[in-house]
Order: sequence, then structure tokens, then C-alpha cells
Amino acid sequence: MNSKVMDIKKIEVWDGNMAASQAFRQADVDVVAAYPITPSTPVVENYATFEANGYIDGEFVMVESEHAAMSACVGAAAAGGRVATATSSQGFALMVEVLYQAAGMRLPIVLAQVNRALAAPLNVNGDHSDMYLGRDSGWINVSTFSPQEVYDLTLCAFKIGEHLDVRLPVNINQDGFMSSHTAQNVRTLDDKTACDFIGPYQAVNAMLDFSKPVTHGVQTEEDWHFEHKAKQHDAMMRSRKVIDEVFAEFKALTGREYKAVESYGMEDAEVAIVAFGTTYETAKIVVDNLKKEGIKAGIISPRIFRPFPLEDIAAQLQHVKAIACMDRSAPGGSVGALYNEIAGALFNSPARPVLSNIIYGLGGRDMTVSTLTEIYKDLVKEAASGKLNGTIQRFVGVRGPELTYYNA
Amino acid sequence: MSKSIKDMGWDELVQGAALFSFEGEVDYEMSQVQPEDRNYAETNSRNAYVGDWRVEKPVFNKDFCIDCQFCWIYCPDTSIIARDKKMIGVDMDHCKGCGICVEVCPTNPKSLLMFNENTDNEEALEQWPEKSEEKGE
Repeated sequence: MNSKVMDIKKIEVWDGNMAASQAFRQADVDVVAAYPITPSTPVVENYATFEANGYIDGEFVMVESEHAAMSACVGAAAAGGRVATATSSQGFALMVEVLYQAAGMRLPIVLAQVNRALAAPLNVNGDHSDMYLGRDSGWINVSTFSPQEVYDLTLCAFKIGEHLDVRLPVNINQDGFMSSHTAQNVRTLDDKTACDFIGPYQAVNAMLDFSKPVTHGVQTEEDWHFEHKAKQHDAMMRSRKVIDEVFAEFKALTGREYKAVESYGMEDAEVAIVAFGTTYETAKIVVDNLKKEGIKAGIISPRIFRPFPLEDIAAQLQHVKAIACMDRSAPGGSVGALYNEIAGALFNSPARPVLSNIIYGLGGRDMTVSTLTEIYKDLVKEAASGKLNGTIQRFVGVRGPELTYYNA
Repeated sequence: MSKSIKDMGWDELVQGAALFSFEGEVDYEMSQVQPEDRNYAETNSRNAYVGDWRVEKPVFNKDFCIDCQFCWIYCPDTSIIARDKKMIGVDMDHCKGCGICVEVCPTNPKSLLMFNENTDNEEALEQWPEKSEEKGE
């Protein structure tokens, strides 16, 4: 725990950025190396303010780019410290090379990623193209829907990534502006409780352990590369057990429950959407409205994007007749990633729902209650007829002629 | 490590491909132990033969060496073997034939010269040049 304790209220009004900064502070991070970028800038600014006011015992490193930020994080983590950073969009794109290094070197760095569209055209608002960019990088990827969840899951991220059975970096995603700049009530833990929950940092193969001189970042070629990637994938797949355990421990401490797959209204759902981020919260309102009309609607959202909870999702969708997989990222010449994931999860199961792919919300375009209601009403028609209304993929909320692709 | 890395499956490797330099804990002063006596780990690069990277090799002629240690200081791969500040020879398992030792050798004629990798050392010594009258080179 940092030597200077911050007096915070049981309920604070924080936006998602402040929630991430406070979680970093309470985690007593040894090194934060960061290069601020909208909309994650306040994560770094807040943390720098804490540091300036004496609340941070660790180091805060100013760097000249996001590539340098993640490189400094890799160095500090290999040296044997707890490390965190924050970024968005273009900054995340610049980090990508080093993200793979961090994961391959098995360094449990925590990244507060505030999701924002990738240029061009340049855009500071939220979509999931940056989250999708990192999905194969070997980081545990967590999706959050609100500042409360950002706070809770950032604390959990340290505990999950640093677990000796895991030792992988963790990316906590939140929607740019919708979560990062929307101040809401956040139930907090006091500094000691939060720090004790995470526990002390355990260094593994630390470069600063001079009694065991070690080389990190080695070259392997065809002799051992495959074995190391196999070991890394196995750690990722087995991290699911640790994730479930940490969520259970967090629930016991706070009463707040997190699951690998979050769902709402799915008990009797005949139509469902699958979506990441703040869309989940909007959809909950729509689901409540539709249930009053007698429409059995539901929403599910992978809380954990990686390791992908394939079996859990398949199980939850067995009795659904029509599903819309909603991707908030330009699909670049195919169906969206979520459509592929859900189709893949269901293919070896008995369920054969009508499955469509909706591209929405690019560059921060709002997903409203009325648009979601229309999407659900289309799903009701598809559930009744047992076939798609039109093509597999369609764009929703874009101006101009209808944009549809792929015949079933 | 009791088992060779060559016999290890993915589950036995050190995570993150971290490689330890020495077997066991280093609870002694490493600088006081000669390289050949150090307990290098199997995965230490000292155990990797890279002599076949060379096209040309340095040949050492002790007749002209003044033990100035320039070659020892400048060698980028610690491949000059010296003991008690006396030049002994070149570690041909790790020398990559860059020729820096020859460049920095101040004697006349030089005590180290580059020869084709396939040239016999005795043959190379027989071809050694005489002292040059030209100043500076």
C-alpha cells in the first residue's frame, strides 16, 4: 500500500477514467509509463496528480510515444515490478508490436484501454476497432459497461494477471466518452482493503534478482518458438479458472458479481443480441420494455473477450431462435468478429438459431433505445419465420442507401 | 536444470522464454571465477557454437604481440582469451571474424591478421609479412 492514504468516500462520483486512475493508485503500482491520448488522457493526468500530491510511492515515467510507453512497461515488468499504463485508438495501434512482446514474455502488465475509433478518418469517439485490433495479441481482454465496472475489474485485473498460474497482461476496455467521461456513482473500497485484495506483487524471473541472472526477450526460431506459444496459449486458456476465482473473491468482498459472460433477460429469451460495452446497459432498458409487451428478449455480452468463453456462450444461446451479433468495428471485408465467434460457438451444438451480423456505432454513432427496439422487432420476425429477413450482414444507423451483404 | 532443454516439451520450458545464465544461485563473486570454470547454464549463449558464421578468421602470431590488450578490450564478442594480462589466443567457437582485433593491433608487423577460414594456421604464420618501413601503417 502507498504510504500516504487517500481519504475517499464510500460512494464517489467518478467517470471511467477516474475509476481506472484510482484503481491504479490503490494497486500500489511500481511503474506507470504512459503517453496520454484522448479519451484516456485523464487516466494519466489523474495519476500524475496523485503522484504530484504524494499519493504514489511508485515511479511515473513520461515517455515519447505509446510504443515507448509499452516498451518501458515491458522493461519495468521484466525487472520485477507491478506495471500499468493507459491508452486509446492510435496510441494502442502504436503499442501493438510491444503488446505481443509483453504477452509472449509473460509479463502481467495492466492496460486501461479507453476504446476509440481508429483513423482514417480521424475520430476521437468510441467504437471497438482498437479492442478488436488487440484481440490476438495474447492479452486477457475484459469488456466493461460502466465506471463502477472499470474500477472493480481494474482491481481484479492485477490479481488475475499476476496469479502464478497466469502471468499474462490484462487489457481492461471501456467505451470512449460513454464510460470514460460519464460521471456516475462508484462504490469504492478504502485503500487498504483494495490493496489487500490484490495482494503483494510476486516477481517471477526478475532481472533485478542478481542471484539468478536472466535474459528476457530471447530468440527461439523453429526449435522452441512453437512450444513457447503453446505454453502461452495454455496459460491463457487456464486463466479462465483464475478469473472465475478472482470474481468469486471479489463478490465475497463487495457483493458485486462478475461473470465471464454477462446476460440479462436470457432465462426465457427467444430473441437476443450479443454486444460489447455500454450497449449492454442500453439493451437492458430495451429488454425490460419489450418483456412488458410480451416479447421474450435478452442480451448477452462476453465480459471476457479473451480467453473467449465459447462453451458458456453456446450454453446460454441454446434456446434462442434469432440472434443479432452486433459488432462496433468496421469489419474490413468480412462479417464482424463477434458474428464469427458466436457462429463458431454454436456450430458444434444442437442450436440452429437465425444468426445475423449488425455493424453499428462506428466512430461514436449513438446506439439508442429506439434503434435497439427496431433490431429486436426484426429478430422477432426472423424467429417466427425461421429465416433471415434479408442478408446476413447489415449496417444500422448509417445515412444513405441500405447496406447489406452475404445471402444466407 | 537436470534435464536438457532439447528434451523438454512446452510444459517444461521456462515461461516467457526467460533464459538463466548460470546453473543454481550466484551467491559468489562471478568476476573471481574464470570463464572456463563458471557454471554456465545449458541455455547460456557460451554453449552455442557460432564459429561457422566466419568467412575470414584472425590468426594470432605471438612473436610480435606486446600484450597491450587492445584486441581484448575491443573484441565485441569477448572472444580474445587472455590470462594475467597476457594474450593467449582467440576463442574460435565464438569469434565471428569481424576483424576489429586486427584493426586495433598496434604492432609492426601486426600480431593478428585475417586469413581465409580454410587457410591452415601454420601456413598463415609462414606467410606473415615483414616489418613495414612506412610510418603509421
